[in-house]
Amino acid sequence: MARATTPRRKALTTLAAWTVALIIFFPVLWMILTSFKTEASAVAMPPEFLGASWTLENYAEVWQRSDYPRFFWNSVVISVGSTLLGLGLAIPAAWSMAFVPGRRTKDLLMWMLSTKMMPAVAVMIPIYLLFQWLGIYDSKIGLVIALMLMNLPIIIWMLYTYFKEIPSEILEAARMDGANLWNEVLYVLTPMAVPGIASTLLLNVILAWNEAFWTITLTTTKAAPLSAFIASFSAPQGLFYAKLSAASTMAILPILILGWFSQKQLVRGLTFGAVK
Amino acid sequence: MNMTLRALLGATALLTLTGVAMAETEITVATVNNGDMIRMQGLMDDFYAKHPDIKVNWVTLEENVLRQNVTTDIATGGGQYDVLTIGTYEVPIWGKQGWLASLNDLPADYDVDDLLPAMRGGLTVDGNLLASPFYGESSMVMYRTDLMEKAGLTMPEAPTWADIEKAAAAMTDRANDINGICLRGKAGWGENMAFLTAMSNSFGARWFDENWVTQFDQPEWKATLDFYLNLMTQYGPAGASNNGFNENLTLFNQGKCGMWIDATVAASFVTGKDSTVADKVGFALAPDNGLGKRGNWLWAWSLAIPASSQKQDAAKAFINWATNKDYLALVASKEGWANVPPGTRTSLYMNEEYAKVPFAKMTLDSINAADPTNPTVKPVPYVGVQFVAIPEFAGLGTTVGEIFSAALAGQKTADEALAEAQAAVSEEMAAAGYVK
Amino acid sequence: MSTQSTRFAARLMVAPSVLVLLVWMIVPLGLTIWYSFRIFRLLSPERTGWTYRNYTWFFNAPDFWLALVNTLLLVGGVLIITVILGTLIALLIDQPVHGQGALRILVIAPFFVMPPVAASIWENLFMHPQNGLFAALSRGLGYEPILFLEDYPMASVIGIVSWEWLPFATLILLTALQSLSSEQLEAAEMDGAGALNRFRYIILPHMTRAITVVILIQTIFLLGIFGEIFTTTQGGPGSASTTLPYMIFKQAIVAKDIGRAAAGGIIAVILANLVAIVLMRGIGKNLDA
Repeated sequence: MARATTPRRKALTTLAAWTVALIIFFPVLWMILTSFKTEASAVAMPPEFLGASWTLENYAEVWQRSDYPRFFWNSVVISVGSTLLGLGLAIPAAWSMAFVPGRRTKDLLMWMLSTKMMPAVAVMIPIYLLFQWLGIYDSKIGLVIALMLMNLPIIIWMLYTYFKEIPSEILEAARMDGANLWNEVLYVLTPMAVPGIASTLLLNVILAWNEAFWTITLTTTKAAPLSAFIASFSAPQGLFYAKLSAASTMAILPILILGWFSQKQLVRGLTFGAVK
Repeated sequence: MNMTLRALLGATALLTLTGVAMAETEITVATVNNGDMIRMQGLMDDFYAKHPDIKVNWVTLEENVLRQNVTTDIATGGGQYDVLTIGTYEVPIWGKQGWLASLNDLPADYDVDDLLPAMRGGLTVDGNLLASPFYGESSMVMYRTDLMEKAGLTMPEAPTWADIEKAAAAMTDRANDINGICLRGKAGWGENMAFLTAMSNSFGARWFDENWVTQFDQPEWKATLDFYLNLMTQYGPAGASNNGFNENLTLFNQGKCGMWIDATVAASFVTGKDSTVADKVGFALAPDNGLGKRGNWLWAWSLAIPASSQKQDAAKAFINWATNKDYLALVASKEGWANVPPGTRTSLYMNEEYAKVPFAKMTLDSINAADPTNPTVKPVPYVGVQFVAIPEFAGLGTTVGEIFSAALAGQKTADEALAEAQAAVSEEMAAAGYVK
Repeated sequence: MSTQSTRFAARLMVAPSVLVLLVWMIVPLGLTIWYSFRIFRLLSPERTGWTYRNYTWFFNAPDFWLALVNTLLLVGGVLIITVILGTLIALLIDQPVHGQGALRILVIAPFFVMPPVAASIWENLFMHPQNGLFAALSRGLGYEPILFLEDYPMASVIGIVSWEWLPFATLILLTALQSLSSEQLEAAEMDGAGALNRFRYIILPHMTRAITVVILIQTIFLLGIFGEIFTTTQGGPGSASTTLPYMIFKQAIVAKDIGRAAAGGIIAVILANLVAIVLMRGIGKNLDA
């Protein structure tokens, strides 16, 4: 939609856009700044900006107090694992729904989405007991399965809408050339679907990383990810704003960096069929 | 893709395996993120030196989340934890269900007779000690000596509620952002209701009469709530209905409260390094109304072992280490006497070094002034000072806490709040079969 | 186009996903229905039996209808805010501006913040009546600080959740906007259509589909929200910001009454389905390819 424009107008819109963007980003920025202040400086009134007493002490203390690498590693395994497992199930499903649709395909899709509407708190105890019974409580594989099931409908839907945009003539041409089903999926479809799959992957890693209900409910030590790490720093006794900010920064920074670096890929496939 | 997953899972399994191979017994300890527990985690080298064959995995969580996870685990027989950090509310209830292992057979150097009688009594069910107190607390008045002086007042050692009101009025200085008094307002059975239930005891109120009939429609509760609301609206901080222990601690440390009535453990924080008023704090007993009961509570964060734990011996070794006299000496040698977990052992209060700590005596006096088995002026069928030791209380206390918190926020009057509380609690008690 | 064997293969490829989702739906749902008719209190295991009172308790609870309204208010409020602001921001960023890439990075940031972290940043660093930045701002201007969580609890929660979801809405709407051909707009401009008319008759119709997607996806997530409420207002003051999921949470976690929580869960599922039907009827047609 980009059109020719005067420099003056461009300067004005630039100013407006940056103002809005900075407002939206400001809470994150303020949290990061607070994490480098002393506790006293963090609650000082009026708030301290440049004159604040800066320190790395909060990070040192948070690092010393808990086993950050373990929480971090658990978060990585759980979010990446659940997404890969979900993609493994979803790619064939979405492929078949997009290219060999039946009369009920759309209903099926809506039904899948509706499984996500059950409030987590309502089924907490049943799931909890089930996990205990299956022996996958506080295990990474248990959380990988749980989060995969939570996000599977979204994964299928994203891929379905993306696959649907791939013109079926191309597939038919491939079939004419004698490609079998497997070759069709592997050599024709997959290369075209890479952007969609990439952004599905990214979005679901983010969703799984940020999940903070099941990851706390279904873990104790072995599989506890960063959401549990945060829960050990919120509302302790004494001043805690700076330490909480430091812990929060450590919890979100990995995914923030990943998101920033891959935002092009994320955005490119993030259409949910919204674009015709 | 599957390769990657398999590789990831494989790597994880390998890590877990090596973890187990390193130590003979691995125990999981669930604890709250309070200062004393965090300090304990920093002193684990001493434990490992004495017990090289035991490895401790910590689960440190915020109080609410911890309680949720631990209670679900024990009630469903999950068996994830070997040592639990629980309070005086849980112990009698869980003990009755047979969920906790007896600690009567701890070694002789544990010296069970050294425990403060009030604490030991609250943690013993049918003659079995079911939890070992890690630190104990009551509540007391913390006040600003400089502001009292400026107002030309002195705080009695054992003030009445009238004294408190007078002091609050005199110290309030809105222009300088100083509130005469800060009290809990955040809803929850362990938040505002801990304070209000303890306070109501000194007004002669009670939750239930001898036949479990709800008592919120009685004049004593009306007097309690009226007094509290009046005190807080006139001299309290803005937004108090969202203030719990921690919010008030922050306010007090910033010099924004003239007085604060809360847990005795707060004393080491308001006189500690994060406080801007550390050298201007005085302590007094929780107030009364001359009816024979003071408005102070009794609580002990305690370590207990689930009956289902497979590692009882290692768990007991850990509890003995963490709640032994030697542990107190260890903390004192590393961090000074003021940072020793308070309120559990008689010997600590006999110690001359500890007597120099400014809040030591007031803490002990406050603890001794609370009697969980006989908490109220009129007789009651329940145990517990700031709580009622029945399984339904956590839900009831939170419901009533929300109603009173709404009253503090100005959404309802005291009378409306009491009527709602009466209706909600009596309905629940009937449904639960207490009232025939 | 497809032969019998492709069709069979296609069904086979959908089967695993359908199967696991079916299990994932039926097992918890079945258990929840079962528990919703049981007396099941974690802390009083000696009390058992069948009951219908779990449901009547919910319907008679003084804050049930308020919780229902709050749930819809939360979903509706966040949807309105994110769609409107998202559209405006998308229109703004879509203009030729300096540093568009960096801009997008800033706007996208809230989406990467874990909900409990987001809630506690807002509660402690911004909305706190003594130490928050907003309080400092009002004091600097000579006003008393606004008591966000006490006087406007529901609006505050809606604000926080909107901040979390704004990037998602903005991104999808931006993608849709960028696919709009500039020739069409230029032609309209030539014809003398003003900016407002261009938006009303060209841009908005083009974005209907994207808006539908935003509404659908967000609704699914928003219906179950309770973490933000737990961190900030705890449903209060009183029950001013209690939603249905939070009410269930209180029964399950605080009161440890699994029977009641399950009954609440079934009510929530019914509500979710009603919302889904309304959504499908109302905007579902936009999704047809």
